[in-house]
Amino acid sequence: MHIKQLSVFLEDRSGRLTELTRILAENDVNITALSVAETADYGIVRMVVGRPELAKKVLEEAGFSIGLTDVVCVNIPDKPGSLYRILQILTEEKINIDYMYAFSNNDVALAVIRAADMQQVTEVLQNNRMRLLSASDLYQL
Amino acid sequence: MIWNPEIECADRQQLHEIQSKRLARTIQRLYDNVPFYRNKLNEAGIKPGDVGSVDQLKRLPFTTKTDLRDNYPFGLFTVPQSDVVRIHASSGTTGKPTVVGYTQHDLEIWAEVVARSLTMAGIHGGDTIQIAYGYGPFTGGLGLHYGAEKVGATVIPISTGNTKKQLQFMTDFGATILACTPSYAAHLGESIRKEGISPEEIKLRTGVFGAEPWTNEMRSEIEQLLQIKAYDIYGLSEVIGPGVSMECECQCGNHIFEDHFIPEIIDPETLEVLPDGELGELVFTSVSKVAMPLLRYRTRDLTRLHREKCDCGRTLVRMDKCLGRTDDMLIIRGVNVFPTQIEAVLMEITETSPHYQLIIKRENNLDSLEILVEIDEKNWSDSIRELEGIRGRIDHNIKSMLGISAKIRLVEPNSIERSEGKAKRVIDHRKC
Repeated sequence: MHIKQLSVFLEDRSGRLTELTRILAENDVNITALSVAETADYGIVRMVVGRPELAKKVLEEAGFSIGLTDVVCVNIPDKPGSLYRILQILTEEKINIDYMYAFSNNDVALAVIRAADMQQVTEVLQNNRMRLLSASDLYQL
Repeated sequence: MIWNPEIECADRQQLHEIQSKRLARTIQRLYDNVPFYRNKLNEAGIKPGDVGSVDQLKRLPFTTKTDLRDNYPFGLFTVPQSDVVRIHASSGTTGKPTVVGYTQHDLEIWAEVVARSLTMAGIHGGDTIQIAYGYGPFTGGLGLHYGAEKVGATVIPISTGNTKKQLQFMTDFGATILACTPSYAAHLGESIRKEGISPEEIKLRTGVFGAEPWTNEMRSEIEQLLQIKAYDIYGLSEVIGPGVSMECECQCGNHIFEDHFIPEIIDPETLEVLPDGELGELVFTSVSKVAMPLLRYRTRDLTRLHREKCDCGRTLVRMDKCLGRTDDMLIIRGVNVFPTQIEAVLMEITETSPHYQLIIKRENNLDSLEILVEIDEKNWSDSIRELEGIRGRIDHNIKSMLGISAKIRLVEPNSIERSEGKAKRVIDHRKC
């Protein structure tokens, strides 16, 4: 139930993120989720996109450094306490989250989670009846 | 295999005699034909015939790059231009290029020392050598070329540049040997990975790399990238070009072909000759070239000499890998820094690529060193914690190696300009 997340290393140069999204737009790649982690000199853009393999290929051809990272995408009810419940479960299992990003819309919230042992995260969440999105839920057909 | 065992394994006494005889002849030729040297020798109170032994080398005057420029273009030739069959010239980034000339005899010596060099690296007839050094006034391409033909190898004279064609020829023609600058070798290795060419398509076995200083760490990186054994070839056009010295399979320094080029190490400040094993400036006297032999030419390369017999059986003196040229040395906040020292630190970090650049600035009268390091295209983590960990490790290692701190900036793969000839590692804004 892992989703392939696209990670892009970006130097802190103006226009770099615009360039990235231009290439995705031209290749008709839809972005489902996106977050930017930045330091003083560089940033890491993490994205869940509709066509990860195509996106990787066209971005690499344009000179970007792309990594594909396994993450899980959890579907949680958009109401107070939902995220807490998930994190509580993970904490009880002593799972340390490397990073996550989340968004909600129309009663549904989605959280993208990355930890060192993705297999364990998946099992723990599934055992607790959490709904994980599969590739087919997200990827463009 | 040894190309010329009679010379390369000669006993020291015999070599001493050859050197002495040739030195005396060279001084006579220079005195008779080159006004610049006649004046210098007169000033030093030396007449031809005074110097009968190589032991008296230290009495002779030095020659510098400035002397070559002052006598531009043909002022140091000992023969009329009609006897000169080839002219090479250095790039001349500052001022006039330095010009060197060769007679037919000189070209034969050159092919001989390159043949010795290639044989030292186990290269022989039946090999296919891709020469990706520049062909032209630069001595790299043509220098390797004639030596490679002499050992009977098949030569692909592709010169520098056009990486796609390099890879195509390498695979289609089954090149077994690659000769180029180490930075271009690293670039070709990365390109092979990037193009997804499988290792079975590449027949390379050995690399002959030179024309810029490089570290043993860089060697390991290139050897791994290209799956070859990499050898250092040393030379400079003023002395002859590539083939002044070469590494044998023991890789314990480069054997100098001292029947043609006599080395000394001097203190660049006092100009005194230093004993073997001490670090100083390398000086060469070329004793068998006809068109343009030089007395005690100051190379500005810093290294050491060793005379203990080598396990390979050669008795020729060895020089260490050059630490750098005296003009490459940077003084940052009063500390002497060679780009090769920084390279050695960076090569130990596996998550970065072998490409880097040093940027030096002076702000508010304080020098700052910034090091741009490319993250490895394939092998990078998307976790900020890990990336910052890499940066921290480089930072720490640079500080403990140099004693000064530098700002480490991780940059995107392929963002530092690739060079097809000598790499441009340093941008010193203080000189602008």
